[in-house]
Amino acid sequence: MLIPHPLLGLRDAQEFTYLGDAVLLNRPDGLAEGAPEAFNEYIYLRGNPAGVHRELWFHEQGDRSWLIVTRNTLTHEILHAELARDVALKAKAGAV
Amino acid sequence: MRLSGGVIDRSKPLQFSFDGRSYSGYAGDTLASALLANDVRLVGRSFKYHRPRGVFSAGSEEPNALVELRSGARKEPNTRATMVELFEGLEATSQNRWPSLKFDALAINDLFSDFLTAGFYYKTFMWPKAFWEKLYEPIIRRAAGLGSLSMQADPDVYDKGFLHADLLVIGGGAAGLMAALGAARAGADVILADEGSELGGRLLAETDTLDGKSAADWLRSLEGELAQLPNLKVMRRTTVFGAFDHGIYGAVERVSDHLPVPGNRPRQTLWRVTARRSILAGGAIERHIPFRDNDRPGIMQSSALRAFANRWAVSPASRVAIFTNNDSGHCAARDLLAKGVEIAAVVDSRGDAPQQGDFRVIRGAMVTGSKGRHGLASIEVSRPGGSEWISCGALGVSGGWNPNVHLISHHRGRPVWDAELHAFVPGPDLPKGMTVAGAAKGEGSLHAALRSGAEAAMASLQQLGLRPEALRLPEVEVREENLQPLWHVPGKGRAWVDFQNDVTVKDIKLAYQENMRPVEHLKRWTTLGMATDQGKTSNVTALAVMAELTGKSIPQTGTTIFRPPYTPISLAVLGGGDTGTNFRPRRLTPSHQWAKTKGAVFVEVGQWLRAQYFPQPGEAHWRQTVDREVLATRRGVGICDVTTLGKVDVQGADAAEFLDRLYCNPMKSLKVGMVRYGLMLREDGHAFDDGTCARLAENHYVVTSTTAQAGPVYRHMEFARQCLWPELDVQLISTTDAWAQFSVAGPNARRLLQRVVDDADLSNEAFPFMACANLTVCGGLRARLFRISFCGELGYEVAVPARYGNALMARLMELGVDLGAVVYGTEALGVMRIEKGHAAGNELNGQTTAQMLGMGRMVSSKKDAIGAVMSRRPGLQLETRVLVGLRPLDPAEPVVAGSHLFAEGAVQKTENDQGWISSAAFSPHMASAIGLAFLTNGGDRMGEVIIAANPLQGQQVAMRVVPTVFVDPEGERLRG
Repeated sequence: MLIPHPLLGLRDAQEFTYLGDAVLLNRPDGLAEGAPEAFNEYIYLRGNPAGVHRELWFHEQGDRSWLIVTRNTLTHEILHAELARDVALKAKAGAV
Repeated sequence: MRLSGGVIDRSKPLQFSFDGRSYSGYAGDTLASALLANDVRLVGRSFKYHRPRGVFSAGSEEPNALVELRSGARKEPNTRATMVELFEGLEATSQNRWPSLKFDALAINDLFSDFLTAGFYYKTFMWPKAFWEKLYEPIIRRAAGLGSLSMQADPDVYDKGFLHADLLVIGGGAAGLMAALGAARAGADVILADEGSELGGRLLAETDTLDGKSAADWLRSLEGELAQLPNLKVMRRTTVFGAFDHGIYGAVERVSDHLPVPGNRPRQTLWRVTARRSILAGGAIERHIPFRDNDRPGIMQSSALRAFANRWAVSPASRVAIFTNNDSGHCAARDLLAKGVEIAAVVDSRGDAPQQGDFRVIRGAMVTGSKGRHGLASIEVSRPGGSEWISCGALGVSGGWNPNVHLISHHRGRPVWDAELHAFVPGPDLPKGMTVAGAAKGEGSLHAALRSGAEAAMASLQQLGLRPEALRLPEVEVREENLQPLWHVPGKGRAWVDFQNDVTVKDIKLAYQENMRPVEHLKRWTTLGMATDQGKTSNVTALAVMAELTGKSIPQTGTTIFRPPYTPISLAVLGGGDTGTNFRPRRLTPSHQWAKTKGAVFVEVGQWLRAQYFPQPGEAHWRQTVDREVLATRRGVGICDVTTLGKVDVQGADAAEFLDRLYCNPMKSLKVGMVRYGLMLREDGHAFDDGTCARLAENHYVVTSTTAQAGPVYRHMEFARQCLWPELDVQLISTTDAWAQFSVAGPNARRLLQRVVDDADLSNEAFPFMACANLTVCGGLRARLFRISFCGELGYEVAVPARYGNALMARLMELGVDLGAVVYGTEALGVMRIEKGHAAGNELNGQTTAQMLGMGRMVSSKKDAIGAVMSRRPGLQLETRVLVGLRPLDPAEPVVAGSHLFAEGAVQKTENDQGWISSAAFSPHMASAIGLAFLTNGGDRMGEVIIAANPLQGQQVAMRVVPTVFVDPEGERLRG
C-alpha cells in the first residue's frame, strides 16, 4: 500500500506503524465527572466499519508524523491523509 | 525425437541426467524438451493414483512434469521441467515413486481408485479418531507426495529490490511487446517482464510471419529497437506473481536458475514494482478435453506439441495425432508435418472441420480411449458410424483457450463469461490501473493480439498524460479459431480433468450426487484446482462438467478466481536474503569494540548486541564470571554499558506539563538538576514502561525507557504530543543512539568518576542521590551525569556523545585499576537489579499494574495522566497479587522464572494458583537463589512458606516470602 503523506508525498505503507481508529484523538478529560464511563467508551468501544475508516498511522521509519488516513477497508483505497496534529488542533479550536 | 530447425543452439551440446541416466540436449532446451528429444516420455507419477505421467504443456501451467532438480543442499523439489532451462551437468530426479519411476509400488492405488474418489479423506479416515494423527495422516502424506526437501540450508544468496515505473507490462508476447514498444516510444518509463528466457511468447511456438519476416527475425530486430530505448527495462525470467494494493506488483526474477551455480550473483531476486499503470498481456492457456485414460505420457496440449516442434525442434513421437474442436489443432498438425512428423490423424469434433494440410482429418469424431502402459501407443477414435484404434506415440489436444485471468482476480475481480469465445475473460473489476491486452483478454490470434497490445499502450499513455505516437502494426495473416465447444468426451472409465490432483470427470459427478455443487464446495470435496498449479488447466473444464450436470450455464455455475502467487515461488526469495545475521538490523553498543577485545560474550537484546558477561582466564562456567562481576561491583566499582536504554530529549515551555500528563506520578514538581523515577501507564490502566526523568534545565528534560520498549515509548510520546495535546509547546527527539551511557556503581564509584570529570564537586552534598548535571569529562568533552542506580550501590550514569563511548569505557577501566574496577554485562546487571528488587521487563509484561508492582500510591489522583482513570477501576483495584521476594529454604535449590505459586499442601490446579515467579537469579550476595514474584496478598505474607511449582521440569521448591529488596534495604549505600 502507498500512503499519500501530506508533507512527503506517496510513501510505502511499510514505513508506517498502524494504531487504529482516529477516535483515539478524542481523549476524555480524566478529571471530569463521569470520567470512568467516558474512558471505558474511549478505550474499548470502537466501530469496526466495513468501508470508509479514519485511522491513525505513525510514520515511524520517516518523519515521525502521526497521520489520519481515511481508508476504505473493503478496497484499501486511500481517500485522504492529513496530519493528526492539524486535525487535533482544529478540533480543539472548535471545542473552545 | 529431435527435428530440424528450432530456436536452439546446436553448437552447444549439454549433458544432463534424469534419474541417474545421462542424456544430451542443446543450449536453449528446457528439461522437458531435452527429455522428449531423448524419447523420455514418462517423467513422473501422479499425486494420488501414482499413474505414469508425462509432459503436458510447454509452459508454467505444467501440472505433471514436476521433478527434483539438482542435488545436495541445492536440491529443489517440484520444479516444472517445462520451465527449467537446460545447463551443463543438470541433475533431475523424478518424484513420488518407489522404488523406480517405471515400477512404482504405490501404483496399486490405481486399482483401488474406487475407494479414493472425491471426498475420500473426509469419508474414509473418520474413525477411529485417534488413528488420524498417528496412522492415516502419515501414510497419506507419504503416499500422496510431491518432492522431498534436502533438509540442508540453502547455500545460495537471494536479494530483493524496488522498482518504479509509469507502466508495467506483464508478458512479452505479441501483445506485450507492442504495448511496451508503444508506451516506451512515447516516453513512458516502462518495465516489460516475462517469465520466459526469451521474449516472444507464442510467436516462438508458432510459424507466423510478420511483415514477411519469420517471427525469429522480426523479434531480433524488435529487440534491437527495444534495447535502444533507455526508458524501457526488459526483465526476462521474471514472473509477476501478484497484483497488490495501489499499483504494487510482486515479481521474482530467476537471476541464476539457468546456471549450474549462481557464482557471485543472487540465485533469485524479489522485486517490488510500483507502477502507475499496468498492462496484463499474460496470454492464454490451452485447455484440454477429458476423455477416457487421457493422462498417458505423450498426451499433451496441442499448443505444447506445436511449441516443442517449432521452438525446440522436438517431437515426443514420430507419429502423432491431434484431437481438436477448433482450427488451432490443424495448425499444429501442419507445423508438425512440415517438420517431418507423421500425422496419424486429426480428430475433430466438428462435422465441418476444414482440410488445412496433407493429413487425414476425421470429422465429427472424438477420442474415446487410449492404450500404452508407460506412454501412449494408440487412441480409440469414435464417431457415430463406429470406432477404430489408431496407433500414435503422442496426441495433441485442443479444447480452446482460457484467457489467463490469474492476476486480474487478485483484488477479487471476477472474470466474466464471453459466450462467443466460450471462455472467461477479464471483467470490469480489474486491479486499479490495469489494462488487459491480447490473448489474456480473449484476443489471442496474432493480428488481434498485436492490435490489442498497441491499443492498451495508447489507453495507458492517455491515463499517464503522455501523448501517444501512432504505432504501425506488422502485417500478419488474419486467422480465426472457429471453435465449437466440446468440454469432455462422455463415456465410461476415468477421464482426467485436474492432472496434478488426480481429479476425474467421475469425481465431479460424485460431488454433484453428494450435493457438493457450488464451486467452492466442488473444489474442496474433490481437491480440484487446489494443487500447486491452482487449476490453470482444469478449473474451467470442471465448471463446464458441473454445468452440464446441473443443467445450468457455465457462468451460472460459477467462476473461480486465483490468488497470488501466479506460479509457486520459493520461500527463500520471499525472505529476500533476510536470513541469519541479515534477519534484522544489528545495533552495536558504543563500547562494542572494547568489549570484543576483552573477550565478552554477547547476547541479542532486541536489535542490540550487548555484552552478556566477560569471562576471565580460569573461569569454567558463566556463573563464576557473573558472580565475580557482581561481587566486585558491590565491593569496588563496576562499569556497564547501558546505552541501549531508550532516551528521549524533551524540550519546550510546556515540557513539564507534558511529562506530568505522561507519567502517572507527579513530574511538574521535579527540580532542575534532579532526576525522578517515572512510571508510565497505558490508557487502560496497566503499567507500560518505567524509567527516569532528568530535568537538566527549566525547559529541558531527558527521559529514559527500558531497552525493549524504547521504540513503543517514543511512539507513544509522539502520539501524546501530536494527537492528544498539540497545543503544548514541547518537542521530542530520540537520542538513544546519540549518547553513550555507562553505569558506574559501587562503593568506589565516586572516586573513579572524580578522576574523569573536570572540576566538578561530586560530594554527597554537592551532588546528592538523584542529582543530574551537564558537565565535561576528560578535559573538555561534554557529558551528562546522573546519580541513579539500578543495582543499589552508590551509582552514577555518565553519558558522552556516542563516538566517545568506546574511549570512555577504556579510560574508566584504566583509571579504576587501583579501585578494583570491573566491567559487567547484562547477566550481572540482571542479578543486581533482582537483588535490589527493581522491576524490569519481566515485571512490566503488560499484564501488571502499578498496584501489583507495589507502586499503587504513586499514581497521582490530583492530575489527569494517561492511564490514571482506568488504573482505579474496580477490576484492577481488586487485584491482590503484589510483587514480593522469594528465597528457597534450601539455598541450593534452583529457582525458575515462570514457576507458579501454591500454598503448601494445596492441589496444584488453576483455581489454587497464587501467582508466578517473574524473575529469578542466583544471588552471590545472598549466597542463594532468589526470585521476584507476584503473590496473592503477598504484602501480608512475609515469612510464609509457599511452593514454587515447575511441572515442566518436575520441580517443587519450598520458598519463603521475603521483601523484594535483598541488598541494602534502607538505601544507605545509594545515598552515601
